[in-house]
Amino acid sequence: MTLPPLEIVLYTGAVSLLIIGLAGLVMGDNLVRLVLALAVAEAGVNLLLVLSGFRQGAFAPILLEGRVPGPMVDPIPQALVLTAIVIGVGVQALALALVLRVRRAYGTVEMRTLRARLHEDLDAAAGLPPETSRNAPAVERPA
Amino acid sequence: MYWITVLVVAIMILSALAVLLLPNLLAAVAASSVVSLALSVVFVIIRAPDVAMTEAAVGAGLSGVILVLALRRLGLWGLGDDNHPRPGDSLQGSGDDA
Repeated sequence: MTLPPLEIVLYTGAVSLLIIGLAGLVMGDNLVRLVLALAVAEAGVNLLLVLSGFRQGAFAPILLEGRVPGPMVDPIPQALVLTAIVIGVGVQALALALVLRVRRAYGTVEMRTLRARLHEDLDAAAGLPPETSRNAPAVERPA
Repeated sequence: MYWITVLVVAIMILSALAVLLLPNLLAAVAASSVVSLALSVVFVIIRAPDVAMTEAAVGAGLSGVILVLALRRLGLWGLGDDNHPRPGDSLQGSGDDA
């Protein structure tokens, strides 16, 4: 099965957005940039879903004066993506609210600093002395 | 139609890369709005005008507003020019930039 060149370009764009978003999610250090990468990946998934109902030379799924003008693209993925866009903004707002709470609790939005302070808090709650490293040997090496 | 699609998809991918690579978070938010706008043009091209309207209004408009307001509350608001004090940044500001 060979795709027409227009669909190859569109699928390339959708998959590229998804890959770029996932790369940002994995490699990002700033929590706000993680939220942005999530939005980019979500845009790629939305485009991929709408593309699944696309066919070359079809009309938009709108009735013209009550009659069908010709072959139409599939309206069901469009309706689903319409919902997914709004839900995506809701998820984004919730994530930003969580970032604000993290900032209020730990004073940073950088992942490295945040992880270090989180481990300090966990060590303090577990009663461990704060200067012990997780990778340090528990006892001295025998001579 | 083919080359218009290629151009819009290229803009979309480049601004998605800019979201990850720009050091300034305000510019990254602007780039993510550009991604949403280019995506709404792509939705028009693949004959989903209702999705395009929603993406342009919600994805580019509302989500950009939410992100910028969150940046302001996080204190990461700025254009990366830290040599000049911003208004409200410190109490002893000169006040000539009102």
